[in-house]
Amino acid sequence: MIRLFKVKEKQRELAESANGKPPVKKQSAGELRLQKDISELNLPKTCTISFPNGKDELMTFEVTIRPDEGYYLSGTFVFSFQISPIYPHEAPKVKCRTKVYHPNIDLDGNVCLNILREDWKPVLNINTIIYGLYHLFTEPNHEDPLNHDAAAVLRDNPKMFESNARRAMAGGYVGQTFFPRCI
Amino acid sequence: MAVSQPSKSRDLDRLLLRPGHLAGPNFEPGQELREDIKEYVKVLVVGAGGLGCELLKDLALTGFRNLDVIDMDRIEVTNLNRQFLFRLEDVGKPKAEVAAKRVMERVNGVNITPHFCRIEDKPLDFYSDFSIIVLGLDSIEARSYINEVACGFLEYESDDNPLEETVKPMVDGGTEGFKGHARIIIPGTTPCFECTIWLFPSQVKFPLCTLAETPRNAAHCIEYAHLIKWNEVHGRKSFDPDNSEDMQWVYSEAVQRAELFGIPGVTYSLTQGVVKNIIPAIASTNAIISAACALETLKIVSGCSKSLSNYLTYNGVEGLHIKVTEFVKDADCLVCGPGVLIELEKSVTLKKFINQLEDHPCLLLTRVSVSYRGEKLYMQAPPELEKETRSNLDIPLFDLMNGVSRDIINVNGMAGKGDKKQSCMRKLRIAFKGVDGVADIDMAGGA
Ligand SMILES: [Zn+2]
Repeated sequence: MIRLFKVKEKQRELAESANGKPPVKKQSAGELRLQKDISELNLPKTCTISFPNGKDELMTFEVTIRPDEGYYLSGTFVFSFQISPIYPHEAPKVKCRTKVYHPNIDLDGNVCLNILREDWKPVLNINTIIYGLYHLFTEPNHEDPLNHDAAAVLRDNPKMFESNARRAMAGGYVGQTFFPRCI
Repeated sequence: MAVSQPSKSRDLDRLLLRPGHLAGPNFEPGQELREDIKEYVKVLVVGAGGLGCELLKDLALTGFRNLDVIDMDRIEVTNLNRQFLFRLEDVGKPKAEVAAKRVMERVNGVNITPHFCRIEDKPLDFYSDFSIIVLGLDSIEARSYINEVACGFLEYESDDNPLEETVKPMVDGGTEGFKGHARIIIPGTTPCFECTIWLFPSQVKFPLCTLAETPRNAAHCIEYAHLIKWNEVHGRKSFDPDNSEDMQWVYSEAVQRAELFGIPGVTYSLTQGVVKNIIPAIASTNAIISAACALETLKIVSGCSKSLSNYLTYNGVEGLHIKVTEFVKDADCLVCGPGVLIELEKSVTLKKFINQLEDHPCLLLTRVSVSYRGEKLYMQAPPELEKETRSNLDIPLFDLMNGVSRDIINVNGMAGKGDKKQSCMRKLRIAFKGVDGVADIDMAGGA
């Protein structure tokens, strides 16, 4: 390619920036794939998505879940999504922004959902994750605990778990921990 | 034939001054070639770490005179065993600057310009200036970024052949312990990084509940400190893997965690390795991979031999194994592919354009969403974005593309017919008829 480089270098020396229009960064493959996921979303009525930075900045967004059954009926739970530039090679980073009394979500918003970590595959998509999060509310499980205490109560005394979850959602203490109202 | 002035490197002369059976098609051996490489070729080395140090040295000794190196890191004590251009007194200084200085001190006549910054900080013009880009990186993100920049310069002729003067070749090296790879990327001809991104294994991620409840090894303790304890203590302040205080904090938390569960093996370097997903580097692997990359760079530039086709793997874990695999390009690659050429009248509205895609024989696309340079022109879902973009449907695409005569747009939707439909993404090369530039090129193509 040396001949080409030589020609190009000579051209450049002759006419600095003669070609006029500056190059523009193309959309990354990750952005394009995310855009596809978003444009194909098919969410249940209990889930909504919003883009705080507008329609042209999809790499961060929020998903709100309002369960219509189970322990968390009528609560409102907000999750933030952060998408990597190499999505879907890497799973989205998801945090729960609503403090929740939940066996699989800790008090800092970390979520134990297999498809967000060990079982993530590039064929999965944003829709799958949102359904996965929704299921955490309809079927919390004590086998993958992130909130150890909540998991133990769910396992040993589901009635008490139910009343704890209600109290937390209404805004109140469970043990030493205060939960802001989210109903 | 006049007697050639011998260069400092006899071996290089053997490659560049004599014809050969393995030479590439445009090879013109001779002294002029040797001098032209010095004068006209500008090489960018991305990364000044273990591999980058080797690359700079090798490229300088291969006869390249105009080199630039870009790296955002500063030198750490733990680098000194293999990043051989650095000395103890350099700790804390930018890698790019010290590496450039050291190679210039040792190799006469070479000119190396260092850039101490992130690769994203440079404008695209910066990258377009180089004849060839050589990558000595350890992250998928950085490779992916450079690949998108380099492939972004690529333009195609109307017959879908790459326009030669827009091709920005890359040579990519990578090492992990005793394993490594060297590959060449000629955008439009060989697969780009994105075409074969599946070659890179996904990072191992432990379930959070395992980290929180049942840690079994040192890595679990480190990830607990990094992912769970950090948030608990620092709230939303994000962890910076390049900040040694942050790393030290994670390390000491991991040690405490390990003691609690009676787990051995947490060290500072393991902490760095787990958090940054880095396998300890081996100096000889870097040297071998760098040599392969430097040679490929010379071959691409000079044509003195056929280029690697196109991906070499090296494995020195047990004995030694080297293999070259010819990967194939993804014709529909969104990054390096030509895209489907579509010629349009200026008056065609977005809605009419979307309808045309359904009947286009190469596309057969329904439920189409469209974006142009990151701007969402139309989104099928979710409802609020559909509503927000709906008014664009009645506007001519030419106007939505700001009156540009030809450019790339991206669409996605359902392709195919009947029950064989599947969701897909497509790159389209839009050219508007009757706008300056378009007619010329069409005539050139037909002449
Ligand atoms: Zn590609």
